[in-house]
Formats: sequence, C-alpha cells, structure tokens
Amino acid sequence: MSILIDKTTKVICQGFTGKQGTFHSQQALDYGTQLVGGVTPERGGETHLGLPVFNTVQAAVDSTGATASVIYVPPFYAADAILEAVDAGIKLIVCITEGIPILQMLRVKAAMAGTGALLIGPNCPGIITPGECKIGIMPAKIHLPGSIGIVSRSGTLTYESVHQTTAQGLGQSTCVGIGGDPVHGMNFVDVLSRFQADDKTKGIVMVGEIGGGEEEDAADYIKAHVTKPVVAYIAGQTAPAGKRMGHAGAIVTGGKGTAAGKIAALKAAGIEVVSSPTDIGVAMKACF
Amino acid sequence: MNIHEYQAKQLFRQFQIPVPDGAQATLAEQAKTIAIDLDGAAWVVKAQVHAGGRGKAGGVKLAKSIAEVTEFTADLLGKRLVTQQTDALGLPIDAVLVEKTYPIKRELYLSLVLDRGSERLIFIASAAGGMDIETVAHETPEKILTVPVHPAAGLQGYQCRNVAYALGLHGTQHKALATIMHGMYNLFLAKDASQIEINPLIETDSGELMALDAKINFDDNAIALHPDILAMKDPAQEDDKENEAQQFGLNYITLDGNIGCMVNGAGLAMATMDLVKLKGGLPANFLDVGGGTTVEKVCEAFKLILADGNVKAVLVNIFGGIVKCDVIAQGILEAIKQIHVAVPVVVRLEGTNVEEGKALLKDTGLNLYAADDLAHAAEQVVALAKE
Repeated sequence: MSILIDKTTKVICQGFTGKQGTFHSQQALDYGTQLVGGVTPERGGETHLGLPVFNTVQAAVDSTGATASVIYVPPFYAADAILEAVDAGIKLIVCITEGIPILQMLRVKAAMAGTGALLIGPNCPGIITPGECKIGIMPAKIHLPGSIGIVSRSGTLTYESVHQTTAQGLGQSTCVGIGGDPVHGMNFVDVLSRFQADDKTKGIVMVGEIGGGEEEDAADYIKAHVTKPVVAYIAGQTAPAGKRMGHAGAIVTGGKGTAAGKIAALKAAGIEVVSSPTDIGVAMKACF
Repeated sequence: MNIHEYQAKQLFRQFQIPVPDGAQATLAEQAKTIAIDLDGAAWVVKAQVHAGGRGKAGGVKLAKSIAEVTEFTADLLGKRLVTQQTDALGLPIDAVLVEKTYPIKRELYLSLVLDRGSERLIFIASAAGGMDIETVAHETPEKILTVPVHPAAGLQGYQCRNVAYALGLHGTQHKALATIMHGMYNLFLAKDASQIEINPLIETDSGELMALDAKINFDDNAIALHPDILAMKDPAQEDDKENEAQQFGLNYITLDGNIGCMVNGAGLAMATMDLVKLKGGLPANFLDVGGGTTVEKVCEAFKLILADGNVKAVLVNIFGGIVKCDVIAQGILEAIKQIHVAVPVVVRLEGTNVEEGKALLKDTGLNLYAADDLAHAAEQVVALAKE
C-alpha cells in the first residue's frame, strides 16, 4: 500500500496546455501516472499530449472518472481552480502554484470545510508514490519504491530526504510536500496519521521549518499516536527574526515559530531530531 | 511590504478610522507651515522609518513651540535612526510626520492579524496599550482578548461589543470602536494586508478614540493587485541588495557572516545556512535562486554575493530537479569568467545530470572545488573562508 495515491489513481491536470502544465504532464505520463486528461477553458475538444482537453473540471470528471487533480495555473487564478475542483467532486487536489494571496487561501479553506476534499499545497512539489504515481514537479529519478514515508514543507528538502533514503537503500512509500505557505491544505498531522495507518510505511521522515506551529502540533500527535520511528529535521536554525526566508510561511515573528522551539517540542515528544540536514538518511537507517 | 506611518494613517482616514490631525514633511519649512496650520500649544514630530522602537531611539519628539517643530525636524531629517528593531546602521529619515497633540486619558491596543493555526483573521485587543504587546501576552495573558472572524460571516456586532467591554468602553464609545474595527477589517480585505496594528489606540480626556500610531503590512503575494499600495513602497527603507535581488527573481537576505551561499529552494537554502553554522562558519546571506535557474540568474546571484565585501568563500548547493546540473555547472563557469570571481567557490551538485555537471567543473584551473557530498562541501567552504 501507500497513502493517498497509487497506480490506479486517475489524475487530471488544470492548466494542462500551459508551459508548466505541458512539461510536467509529459513527465508524469513518462513515469506511468494515470493522467487521463486536462482542463483549459475554451480549449475543450482538443487533444493535448494524446489526451482529451476539457473546458471545465466537471466535464473532465464526468468523462474520465478522475479523482485527483493537479493545478498549474497562475497565482491569481489558483483559488478559483481549487474551488472548481472541489465543486466537481475531486477528492485529492494538488496545487503546485506559488504566490497565491493569503486571503484567497483563507476563503478557499473556509469553503472547503465539510466537503471531504483533500488539498495538498499550494506552493509545493506535490506527491509521489514511487514506481506508481507522480503528481507534481519532483525529479522522478531520485525515488526508489520502499518503506519510508516523507512529509515536508520544503520542496528541495523533500528531494534531499528522498535522495538520502534512496542512498541508504530504504526507498519511499509515499512522499508528500505540504507546501511553504502559511495557509495551506493537508498539514503534518493529516499526513502522519495516514503514514501510521499504512502497512507499507515502516519509518517516517518529517522536515519542518521556521514559522507557524504545525511542527509543535505534530510533536503532540506523534507522542500520542505514532508507533513507527520518526526522524525530524527543522530548517532555519540560523534564520534571523522578522525576515521571510523565501517561503511566505517561513518567518519568525514575535518570538513564535523558532527552530529552537520546534526542536525542543519534537525532542520532548521523544522524536529523533537531526541537527544536520545531511544526517536524515543515516538516522533513518539506524532505526532498522 | 511595509509602508510609513503617515501612509498608514492616510489609509486609516479612507476607512473611517480616526487619526490625529497632521501631515508629513520632508523639509523643516514645510513642518513649520503644517504646525501653524494645525494650531494648538504642542506638536509631535515623528521620524518616518520602517521600524518600531522610534520613541526610545529619539525619533519621536514633543515640540512646545513652532520654533521647536522646525528645530526638531531639521535635526531628524537626513539622519539615520537606529532602533532596537534596525541593524547598527539604522534607517534613513527622509520624512517626518507632524501632528497635533491630544490629552490622553488611556492607551489601548488593537490589532488585526492572520492566525495561521485557526486560519482566521483575529482581532487582538488589550487595555494595556502603548507597551510591547508580546511582553503583555507573555507576562499577563489575561489582559489580552482575541476575537476570530469567520471569513464568510465577516465581523459581527457582538464581536465589537465584546472588545468594547474588554477595553472598558461605554456608551457612544461602542459605536466609535465598531467603526474602527469595521474600518480595519474592510481595509485588511480591500488591500490584502497581512497585519494592521494600532498601538496605542488612545482614549482622549473627552472620550474620543483615535489611532495615535498606525502600522500596516501587506501580503507580498497580492501586491500586484494593488498599484496604489505598491506606489507607497520606499526602497530607501530596504536593503539595496535585497531590492536588486527582487528584480532578478532571486530571494536574497543579507546576514553578517563571511560565507556566501547560493542554493535552489528556500528550505534547502535555510538548511545550507544551518549546516555552515554547524561546521563552524557563518553564512553571509540567504539566497534562493529558485526554480528555472539560468546562466543569467547564476551570474546575478554571484554578483550579489560578491558585492558583500565580507565574503571570503562561496558555497553553491544545487539539487537539480527539473533544472539539470550540467546547465548549472555551465552557469557557474560562465559567471566566474564574466565577473572575475576571486574567492574560492565550493560546489555541491546533486540530482539530474549530476555526473555531467561534476565533469564540467573538474580541472578547470579556476579556484573551484567540486564537493562529493553536502557535509563535505560545508566543511570545505568553512576551512577555505578561514584561510
């Protein structure tokens, strides 16, 4: 098993015929993802990358039976795209787009409450179950089907964790990049609970960073509910307060969201926290 | 994005939030005219910089005569103000705000911020105004009231009343406070703010409520939707190199070490800084070159890093996903040649086409070190910076 996606997951792409959508859709097809079509308004009826293009997400869902969607539309159109997917009954929405205004995400999250749809991102690399299904912009080559579940706020640190667990021969069950924005979809706890319930996942790598309080919430959750070994790393130990470190969500304000606070919370919950990002794979291997 | 207090107060006026009478001046003569027009017996002259802690730093002065208004303004303009929130160089004072003074009965606190945990805008109110709210929250949390607003329902009357009672306001003050809170909420939504803070919100002897100070931050992701706000940007209040980086789509933050870092991805960039520190070095900057890195971007990144005279060595850490390592390697070689990089450069490449990339950087005769792994790269650059 794996979490959220596998080789049977039918995926559509919103922003299919754009530059990003085209490039990454081709990569997904090459990987073996069951991409079944895409959506670009006013381009319905065309064929792109050998797949049907639809005007609306509803038409795409009705015709293909897709349950997942990946979004590559520009930032000011992304909130609309997410809600269109929700309304069309898409169960898993992966929003890659970076730079969505935070108030728009606030409204999107409020509108999604109670719909049952899951959102990954925005401003994230996406999700991959190695060897089965790739939804997002992560480089395919570094992955190895295996037993480690990876969850991270940072794209490149997800790749770093994947690379190291592949080098250690552990491989990955599923990797989820939850995104670097302050208001986003699935959080650490949402993903950790699924890893805990997944038979194939034997160990978990969790990569956090400065800003917000989700790592602290994850520490509480792991202490109470997770029996599998967890290795954590928190980026931004040297980041100055009040400066946004690239990600909109990575900022220490009013003494809250510091790396030191998060590391202390994780350690207090009995979780192994590596101080160097180069030790993630080795520390995970040592758990087995 | 930040704006000045006088600009924030202009927005407050537009949204029916009462502020003291006053105007900004960039010349002492102008300040004098403003003070004369305001009449009264005393005026406050406030240095306009993008940092808090101005009062303690001597950036806010009470003038008891028109002559003092002119004198204080002349004194402040053209200087740099160093507060506990700035670096040692401080920020330039290019304008002052001259305001009428009011008899203050009480100082209150009111802000509207985004709470990430609850995913709501929340009002934070306290009768302990004029102080640092973080300190109040830490030492006397019972003196703080937080009121979350549901994005669909919007701000409700009872929520304003709850705040009014918590602040000890009565009678017609309830309506005045509701006007202020609705003004803040509407302003936040209309202009995509990320924070609005009034500290202090004063109650005058006659019972009026007024925003004595005003601080507004805006969501950078939404700024393109608001040309009127973008026009308020004051580049003089920001780091030159951070401004320059923005133009090239680079994410750069100046730090005070001597090891320049060039990395793709914000998370990996932070992790690289941490690693440099862990190995005994000090990073000179945070720099995320972002996705879709090109030769031009790598060149600009090198220029930015080397413009900092403290930099003794550079660490390049690229995890090539969609970007191919050989393309990055070519970019590095090109940059070193074009801009005559004199300091040693340690390069760690991983990911797509890593072998081709490493091959390109081998035996170049340049001051270039290709590291096998990230830990080794960090050790190497720290050692080179110490030489």
